[in-house]
Amino acid sequence: MREALNHWDFVIAAYAVGVLGTLALVAWSWLSMRAAESRRDKARGR
Amino acid sequence: MHGFANPARFLRIARWLTPALLVAGLALTAGSLAWGLFAAPAERLQGDTVRIVFIHVPSAWLGMGGWTAIAVASLVELVWRHPLAAIAARATAVPGAVFAAICLASGSIWGRPAWGTWWVWDGRLTSMLVLLFLYLGYIALAQASDREGASSRIVAIFGLVGAVNIPIIHFSVLWWNSLHQPPSLTTGGSAMAAEFLIPLAVATLGFSFIFGGVVLARMRAILADVQAEARLRRRALED
Repeated sequence: MREALNHWDFVIAAYAVGVLGTLALVAWSWLSMRAAESRRDKARGR
Repeated sequence: MHGFANPARFLRIARWLTPALLVAGLALTAGSLAWGLFAAPAERLQGDTVRIVFIHVPSAWLGMGGWTAIAVASLVELVWRHPLAAIAARATAVPGAVFAAICLASGSIWGRPAWGTWWVWDGRLTSMLVLLFLYLGYIALAQASDREGASSRIVAIFGLVGAVNIPIIHFSVLWWNSLHQPPSLTTGGSAMAAEFLIPLAVATLGFSFIFGGVVLARMRAILADVQAEARLRRRALED
């Protein structure tokens, strides 16, 4: 028996995982870089 | 090559290259995914689920490419003791783990309509899962090594030994029976139609730029932490 699956549900789920995962990675790496560089500048007394 | 291992020179280049890679990568990726979703045709056998290829394949290549980069950086650290090699290896671990996880999740989602199951314990899927665990182990080991002030050689050796898994992932679909299809793109040519191949190439380029931008951002963060700690220690000794 063949299941009637809506392909778009799976496509949207896969794109959501890929896009949200990538955006979260970019945001986290950028913000943690800015925070670390700010800590370094403070330690240098700038 | 030794010239680029100088942290000051690296920072001069990374300051403009990091946002440039991220912006170009996000633009290329957004364009290629829109192309894959709305302009690429449905495939004759797989229907619309073929569109998952534009997420799944670049993330698989970057998951594997990330560990290859860790192995090369670990070798450079062990042999030539470049000051930035250990930082580069550590900076690659998190983006590599994220893309390996995206590859596994998108593959599992694709597997349900294509194979009728979310997961099978075959060579390709299992070796990719092992890669994700290797990334998590590497991240934990690197953090423990940095926290304890231990030698980073053991982390570099782990990075080199873990590279054994990369050819296993690549050849798993040829060595063992698998639900996973054999590679569509080889050095001998492509089994993929141009209407899928071109957006896939653009998506791969876009995700690769994002990966490069994230690695540079991580390297800058790790380097800044090291420099801040060194400055605070020096100040504590002076007081």
